[in-house]
Amino acid sequence: MGVREAVSRVLAVAWKDLLTERRTKAGFNGVVFMSATTLLMFGFALGPDPAAIRAAAVGMLWLTVLLSGALAFNRSYELEAEAGAFDALLMYPGGRWAIFAGKLLANLAFVLLVEAITVPLAAVLYDLPVLAPLPGLITVLLLGTVGFVTLGTYYAAMASRVRAREVLLPLLLFPMLVPLLVAAVGATKAVLVGDPMGHGAGWIKLIAAFDIIFLVGTFMTFEYVVGE
Amino acid sequence: MVESESPDRVTDVSTESARVVWVFVILAILAATQAFGFLTSPPDRDMGHLQKIMYVHVPAAWNAFLAFVVVLAASVLYLWKRDDRYDLLAASAAEVAAVLTALTIALGSIWGRPTWGVWWTWDPRLTSTAILLIIIVGYLALRGFVDEPERRARWSAAVGILGALNVPIVYMSVRWWRTLHQPQSSPSTVDPAYAWGLRLNAIAFLLVMIYLVRARYRAARLERIPEMAAEREALSGSVKNV
Repeated sequence: MGVREAVSRVLAVAWKDLLTERRTKAGFNGVVFMSATTLLMFGFALGPDPAAIRAAAVGMLWLTVLLSGALAFNRSYELEAEAGAFDALLMYPGGRWAIFAGKLLANLAFVLLVEAITVPLAAVLYDLPVLAPLPGLITVLLLGTVGFVTLGTYYAAMASRVRAREVLLPLLLFPMLVPLLVAAVGATKAVLVGDPMGHGAGWIKLIAAFDIIFLVGTFMTFEYVVGE
Repeated sequence: MVESESPDRVTDVSTESARVVWVFVILAILAATQAFGFLTSPPDRDMGHLQKIMYVHVPAAWNAFLAFVVVLAASVLYLWKRDDRYDLLAASAAEVAAVLTALTIALGSIWGRPTWGVWWTWDPRLTSTAILLIIIVGYLALRGFVDEPERRARWSAAVGILGALNVPIVYMSVRWWRTLHQPQSSPSTVDPAYAWGLRLNAIAFLLVMIYLVRARYRAARLERIPEMAAEREALSGSVKNV
């Protein structure tokens, strides 16, 4: 299989998922609303003290992204849950990894778009200075989201096909994301608040390592997850 | 498909008495090594007799880790060889790993309260052990949710491998994050007065671990027999299951 056919397969799957989403917008609107609500709820939980909120803001922002973003993953397979559509998708020629890559790309675009709304909203609500350090912030968000979406897309391939999928996905996904959460919060703090101890680069390297390890791990084992 | 071993060997009643003997032997060894540890170790300068929790806490932690290695190895072997027995071995080791990890955390917590003054602290080793426990519980939950044996085996092998890949990353990340735990106890870091008690108890725990994995493995094999029978019946086109 040539590289061009492989790329076109991946893009076809991604395009199909994104087009379905754009026509209904049900998933996107729901997830954006969920993330806005979560940001507000964290604010109420921490009380009206602006200093307390600002101190916890980066952690709350990342938790909001993870909690609301996780809603997207099962959905991306539920598109094909009916009438054996997923089995039909599996029967198309070419490697199954192309299906995974396509869904991964679509979910990546989806979650990044959600973040494009969530992050400015968090900046306003929690009084975060995001404009000056914007390039660094975008780098951290992008790297962190790649790892998050990789594992989310992978585990949802299983969770979306069992009973109790709403329980199973967070149970599988969130413990795996702990190192990513720790590193992403560390890196984001270094970018936004300043980095007197010089930890920022180490955290970014850790996120990059996480991304690479799990991109390789998921691509190598996805065949076993969907194959029969 | 399990074809290589007949169900008769698994269900054989004559091995029942041998198993009962093994339980008593292992429990006797465990009681002896615990007694040895208690009697030979002087009270610790700082901790007093509280130190003796080490003879359970540390062997449980080591053997939990060993059980995780078995889960990883059996998961890789399953995807490679596609032999059901590796899947059942991974599942059995995962259950034992969950119990030993929970025991490690509970005992550490009981020890930490008088020593550090808190039940829980956000220390790297504690936190990574807790995450390990949740990862293994997620693995067992996945097994519980998937009914079809072949799919369950493939999925849990994949989840087991990714979970194992994450262990060093979790550890590194929380280590950079915070540090408080004293260096791990091992025969080389503790006073010689405690070393043999620790070694012997680790071996006793290893025997307990092996016994439990074997017992769970045997139970898993037995559970597979009706599952396989139902599968054969479904494949042979019998109308009873429709």
